[in-house]
Amino acid sequence: MESLEQIKIRLEAAVPGAKLEILPNESPSGQHSLLLDNAHAVALARFLRDDAQLRFDYCSNMTGVDWPDTEITSKVKVKKVIDGVEKEVDEVTKTARPGFLEGVYHLYSMAMKHGPLILRLRTGNRKDQVQLPSFTPVWRSCEFQEREVYDLFGVVFDGHPDLRRILMWDEFRDHPMRKDYSEPDDYEYEPTPHDDVLEKSKRHQAAKGTL
Amino acid sequence: MIEEGLKNELAKQGVVLTTLQELYNWGRGNSVWPLSFGLACCAIEMMAASMAKWDIARFGSEVFRPSPRQADLMIVAGTVTKKMAPQVVRLYNQMPEPKYVIAMGACAISGGPFKQGYNVLKGIDRLLPVDIHIPGCPPRPEALLHALITLQKKIEIEALTGPNRPRHLDADAPSEFPVPQFGEHDIVPAMNPLLWKPTQVVR
Ligand code: SF4
Repeated sequence: MESLEQIKIRLEAAVPGAKLEILPNESPSGQHSLLLDNAHAVALARFLRDDAQLRFDYCSNMTGVDWPDTEITSKVKVKKVIDGVEKEVDEVTKTARPGFLEGVYHLYSMAMKHGPLILRLRTGNRKDQVQLPSFTPVWRSCEFQEREVYDLFGVVFDGHPDLRRILMWDEFRDHPMRKDYSEPDDYEYEPTPHDDVLEKSKRHQAAKGTL
Repeated sequence: MIEEGLKNELAKQGVVLTTLQELYNWGRGNSVWPLSFGLACCAIEMMAASMAKWDIARFGSEVFRPSPRQADLMIVAGTVTKKMAPQVVRLYNQMPEPKYVIAMGACAISGGPFKQGYNVLKGIDRLLPVDIHIPGCPPRPEALLHALITLQKKIEIEALTGPNRPRHLDADAPSEFPVPQFGEHDIVPAMNPLLWKPTQVVR
């Protein structure tokens, strides 16, 4: 399989105007992924499927990730003059990053026996811009998995032929896999809870007045 | 009532005495037909219990009925998700009296490993009157057979008349229970307060 950089260059040539970015993965597996822009995503996907050298004919997995609003701290070493002596000091900068939802696709080629190629798509935010283009018209195997991501994360897939909830019932309003979801407080606590459950149990007892 | 010792003595002489109640309960207790449905991994153990090695037929319960109209016993074998809970209650309501419920496994009695999840009912006893609870994840087939024998003992001593008579002989007792609806965050109602009365944990 070509390297991710080569694939990126070929994609940019094939789909003019497409904005692509390689997202590095620092873990030992080193599975770097390709971030696609939503406007050109379907055209890019079709190219990946139909190109004679790539032929990614199988989307094995489609999943979602919720990225809530966070602050990113980065440390930069800067030279500063303190008390007349030049020293190397860590300068900490904090940048707020607004949250978004992500769709992650794992592609393989049955014909060429290579893969995986990991694609990512990102929504504008987590509230009102939660649309992503659907890849179901390109790979049929995405259909149920995109429905699952719609159900559990609340990503709306434009162009999906049958976007309904798949695990929870239709009347359900929440998206349980979002980080800020809180499940119904409907279970009995063991007598000796600990960690997160201890916190929950305290909240539960305070609400019921049995603390 | 006949005295137990006298009865045994007469039986040795070939005279069998019984009561209508005993005869009735003996017949019912040894032909408990379960409803044939399973919800998760526990159902695999239930199936094993009906196969040759454990052979639930020894206790008269091999006739797993595919229709609730013909079943006497509902074995809730497995995880009851909130999406499935209304259907489970509906099946119970469709069973004719007398009917019994065995909650098999950690999931069916309390939510089990999914207790803190958002999509699993925390025990079928919140919606249905459970006669026998079997702990275990999954319980072995022997445990299911033990539950069945326990249920048979319970049936054996049911009185036909009087204030302690079972629900199916009491015209005022309910034989159907409300089917929960799908709500926006949970099933509504999440439990039946007439059935589910948890003991208060003293800390
Ligand atoms: S109690 Fe354990 S074995 Fe039984 S259904 Fe639940 S998870 Fe499966």
